[in-house]
Amino acid sequence: MTGAESAMTWGNHFSYFVTVFMMVAGLFILIARGNLIKKLVGLGIFQTSMYLLYIAPGKLVGGTAPILSDRFTVYSNPLPHVLILTAIVVGVATLALGLALVVRIRAAYGSIEEDEVLDMDAPASPQGEQGPRQ
Amino acid sequence: MTSVAAHLPALQVVVPLLAAPLTVLLRRPGAAYAVAVAASWAALAIAVALWQRVAAGGTLSYAMGSWPPPWGIEYRVDALSAFVLVLVAATAAVVLPYSRRSIQEEVPRHQHYLFYTMFLLCIAGLLGVTITGDAFNIFVFLEISSLSTYVLVALGRDRRALVASYQYLIMGTIGATFIVIGVGLLYLMTGTLNLADIGQRIGAVQGSRPVLAALAFLTVGISLKLALFPLHQWLPNAYAFAPSAVAAFLAATATKVAVYVLLRFYFSVFGESVVFDRLPMQEAMLLLALAGMFVASTIAIFQTDLKRLFAYSSVGQIGYVVLGLSFLSDSGLTASIVHLFNHGITKGAIFLLLGGVAMVTGGTGLAHVRGLGRRMPLTSFGIVLCGLSLVGVPGTAGFVSKWFLILAALEQGQWWLVFLIVASSLLAVAYLWRFVEAAYFREPDAGTTGSRAVPWSMALPAGLLAIATVYFGLDTSFTVGSAARAAAGLLEALR
Repeated sequence: MTGAESAMTWGNHFSYFVTVFMMVAGLFILIARGNLIKKLVGLGIFQTSMYLLYIAPGKLVGGTAPILSDRFTVYSNPLPHVLILTAIVVGVATLALGLALVVRIRAAYGSIEEDEVLDMDAPASPQGEQGPRQ
Repeated sequence: MTSVAAHLPALQVVVPLLAAPLTVLLRRPGAAYAVAVAASWAALAIAVALWQRVAAGGTLSYAMGSWPPPWGIEYRVDALSAFVLVLVAATAAVVLPYSRRSIQEEVPRHQHYLFYTMFLLCIAGLLGVTITGDAFNIFVFLEISSLSTYVLVALGRDRRALVASYQYLIMGTIGATFIVIGVGLLYLMTGTLNLADIGQRIGAVQGSRPVLAALAFLTVGISLKLALFPLHQWLPNAYAFAPSAVAAFLAATATKVAVYVLLRFYFSVFGESVVFDRLPMQEAMLLLALAGMFVASTIAIFQTDLKRLFAYSSVGQIGYVVLGLSFLSDSGLTASIVHLFNHGITKGAIFLLLGGVAMVTGGTGLAHVRGLGRRMPLTSFGIVLCGLSLVGVPGTAGFVSKWFLILAALEQGQWWLVFLIVASSLLAVAYLWRFVEAAYFREPDAGTTGSRAVPWSMALPAGLLAIATVYFGLDTSFTVGSAARAAAGLLEALR
């Protein structure tokens, strides 16, 4: 493995650079944005980077689906695709639930900006919050 | 035809998983409740049966759909998973009967059947995480339990429950995605997803950068799920604003199952050498555990709401579990695993009792519980009793785990740790005193005196867990016996 690493070029690593960029971009949006919808967008990008991390190494250039036939000898690994199909379903469910929560938060608070929402509850608790604000 | 007994590992997950859609179809709260309780009791019976079989005959392996591992998904029950299965199933079996009256106060009636659906899905997810021997399957079940947990938290009456649920969703999903990235890197390096198989193949690629990166991603991801200090931010609000039954179930099981996943990856997959030799994981875990024990317990002292107080206490108690793990010794792991169970039932009992308090007095703020010692003597006594277990007073379950923790520290010759463990227990005394002072030394407010009594369907489960807290402090054969076997099993895999 370590020997092959040095032989790899930037081009070979292309998919990994895209993966890492999307991962960091998604996390950055999550941290830097206060808008609850934008946070979910960041979460979506972050999760998508993980799909790519699985899918890209499973693909062989010139490889086909694993079909039992004499004509095909080079196969792409189908397992990552199946796994990510599951992960996409999980991601969709998470996003749907997150958006549903934002709808409910908007109905209850009239805002989807995180700091405004948190400020609105600060005076609601009579003795004030003494723990760190989340 | 094979007998049902052979399929118990599959049934453990399938029963609550199939009961969940059934409750949706039934729609009537009473019928949904009956199905949910029946499913949770069946799950408990299966968990106990599995525990007995593992205790008698060693590890069970079940090939899902008869595809042999490592190609198919394997369900694997060893001493550790059998023990955690019993904890999860037992808590569910106790909390579900409690939830019926409890949610009548807190959840609109037309949502009751959905509450049971979500609760069953959560149980199925947690049991699935514990029983599966497949790395990707862990992620799927973890998300099943997490997604249903977000919904359950959002069912809380207070609008802050929505924000708490949203924040939990963000943090939980980041944690889960980190876990999948870690699993993905392991899969790239070993070409397999079966945990035991990865454990065998990882020797060839140990120390390579992707494996170390996988370790880092998995550690951070699982630490988010188990609320290891400083990744605990989601926990206090989620526990404080969720319906009482949900808070009790989560406090007793969700973080404990995450600890199980951590143990599984550290010991069964990576093995000692890669986790603890190449990276200063032992020191890092020790430091975070100590920080959690002191900082979270100190924050707990200053809370004005009992649910938040005990939620912060949970973060502190997680510190003890991780502390035991960081010793990397037989007695240290035993302490971790025993504390996992003991803290689970103790915290479960406290949140169930607090649910009763909230019902009678209208809230769990310290102002609400003034004079509680006179108005609800048994409930107050129960909370104090379980609080003493958090402190680690002899005769309670908490003492047993702290005793093993101190033994493990002494074994390593780290007497200063013994001092710190005792000192952090004093912090627990301090936050427990906040409750005692309000409940026994203050006059009740005129406005909060309710004339209602806690219904027996809520008092009985809460009392049962409170009694269990004392019982497991006196008779340790089940807890310590199982934990010692589990610890030995984990360490044996390394040698």
